[in-house]
Amino acid sequence: MNKETFFAVQNLSVAYNGQTVVRSVSFSVRCGEILAIVGESGSGKSTVLKAAQGLLGSGGRVSGGRIMLYGRDIYRLSPAERRREIAGSTVAMIFQNAGASFCPIRTIGEQIYESVREHTDWSREEFTAQSKAVMKRINLPETVLNEFPFRLSGGMGQRAGILAAVILKPALLLADEPTSALDTVTQLSVVKELMELRRQQNIAIVIVTHNMGVAWYMADNILVMRDGEPVEYGAKEQIFRRPQAQYTKELIAAVPGLRL
Amino acid sequence: MKDKVMEHILEVRNLKKVFVAKSEKYVATDDVSFAVDAGECVGIVGQSGCGKSTLAKIIAGFIAPDSGQIFLCGRDITYAKGAALRTVYANMQMIFQMPEESFDPRKTIGWSVAEPLRNLRPELGRKQTEERTRCLLAEVGLSPSFADRYPHELSGGQCQRAAIARAVAISPKLLICDEATSALDMTVAAKTIDLLRRLCFEQQIACLFITHDLALLTRIAERVIVMHNGKIVEEGTTQQIIYGAKSPRTKELAAAALVMTPPVTEGT
Ligand SMILES: Nc1ncnc2c1ncn2[C@@H]1O[C@H](COP(=O)(O)OP(=O)(O)OP(=O)(O)O)[C@@H](O)[C@H]1O
Ligand SMILES: Nc1ncnc2c1ncn2[C@@H]1O[C@H](COP(=O)(O)OP(=O)(O)OP(=O)(O)O)[C@@H](O)[C@H]1O
Ligand SMILES: [Mg+2]
Ligand SMILES: [Mg+2]
Repeated sequence: MNKETFFAVQNLSVAYNGQTVVRSVSFSVRCGEILAIVGESGSGKSTVLKAAQGLLGSGGRVSGGRIMLYGRDIYRLSPAERRREIAGSTVAMIFQNAGASFCPIRTIGEQIYESVREHTDWSREEFTAQSKAVMKRINLPETVLNEFPFRLSGGMGQRAGILAAVILKPALLLADEPTSALDTVTQLSVVKELMELRRQQNIAIVIVTHNMGVAWYMADNILVMRDGEPVEYGAKEQIFRRPQAQYTKELIAAVPGLRL
Repeated sequence: MKDKVMEHILEVRNLKKVFVAKSEKYVATDDVSFAVDAGECVGIVGQSGCGKSTLAKIIAGFIAPDSGQIFLCGRDITYAKGAALRTVYANMQMIFQMPEESFDPRKTIGWSVAEPLRNLRPELGRKQTEERTRCLLAEVGLSPSFADRYPHELSGGQCQRAAIARAVAISPKLLICDEATSALDMTVAAKTIDLLRRLCFEQQIACLFITHDLALLTRIAERVIVMHNGKIVEEGTTQQIIYGAKSPRTKELAAAALVMTPPVTEGT
């Protein structure tokens, strides 16, 4: 395998309670590359990301294929290795509805600091300084660190989830609908922050989004999914300007135009 | 005693809400007034944190305003209690921003979608309620088998569609949608918008549609309200707001959307 291709999903199939919901999905990302997964609601996009994190939950199971990180199948790592590689600071995940995944009774700052401490020896001052720098770039008021989750608006919670994921500067960022609750101005600032991270740290990003504008603006490659299966996979220019599959054409045509 | 305000399904006057946290005050809703008529859909846009959801929750009775009034079909419902509150809920439904949180995790989707029917249309009986629930799920593109699933077994967009099915179950007079299509891909979003538009027209439902997707507004809303820091900063027809905005806040939103607009497919 190309040594730069450090993350690859090969022929992945996933089943929940014996029922297959993802069939033969393959893609790969190199360092500094951004892949956008787009497609129909319920087509298995979140499932692919969860499988890549080993987070399918009780009913879910990888029924075929492999997920390779640095050339090793993550489902064959020992639990300790897996914790270090995946749950550690190499791979970070932003969940769909990140705002809702915070613990309701502790402040945002405490929760993020706790997860940061597992992987770094940052002092609280250092943590606060790093957080504030990121928060400034994604238009998130600094006061959010001292807030409880229920006091945040939908978009603030989502950006708190983004902060938690990017603060450790992972090598691979898996982001599930990270801008779905954001107005266009804030969307653009988040997208720019992620692209800046890629530029500075050469991180790879797999972003699931239904926002075709975000996919167009950020991604190098695009994977289109429907009904658990890959429909089309290729360079962004190719997918947007010369889509081959009927479904891709429909998906792009359905984007409401805003042309001045 | 009854303050009758004719025609409008919803009218709010001078709503104000201040959140206090650790001796700091935050004005989330600042002197907001507007009205929505039967069969009309009004969009609300604005930057994240500007107070859209707070306004929706005040209207729906989940947050008490500090001052101001809310009229539903001409009746002051600002401090409605008991039987009056029941009437309010029979006439108003809300789709929340985070659908996962609005479903009871221990109950099946079918049970939750049928809840308003059981509470407000008990005359339907069990068989008809089940039948109606199946139809509602079908309308939002979910097969009957989804009725037996639990919320965590649904994708984000499936959960959002179930929330829409529940909200339109009883034909409310007022429907409040808080980012109701934000988790849907564009083909499903377009179908959902068509469904909402058809229901609002056929049943003359007044609709408040909160969204961050400006382009989507052209497909559903006749009028748009732009908020910033709890205040209404601009109001106009959807075309005016998108193509002839006056407020810099509104212009900013449209400009950012344009930066991310994908190219046109060749040959179309
Ligand atoms: N825990 C679960 N148990 C059973 N089925 C599940 C479970 N989680 C997801 N599913 C089903 O698997 C399919 C894929 O779901 P997934 O969440 O991956 O879709 P998605 O592409 O992310 O959709 P969306 O865009 O709506 O978020 C869906 O049909 C969903 O109902
Ligand atoms: N229960 C609460 N207690 C204290 N402050 C709150 C509470 N709920 C909301 N706020 C604050 O009020 C402001 C407005 O929040 P609101 O949820 O109305 O914004 P929004 O316009 O819906 O944003 P978004 O687009 O991100 O969902 C935010 O600054 C938020 O932090
Ligand atoms: Mg999903
Ligand atoms: Mg909101």
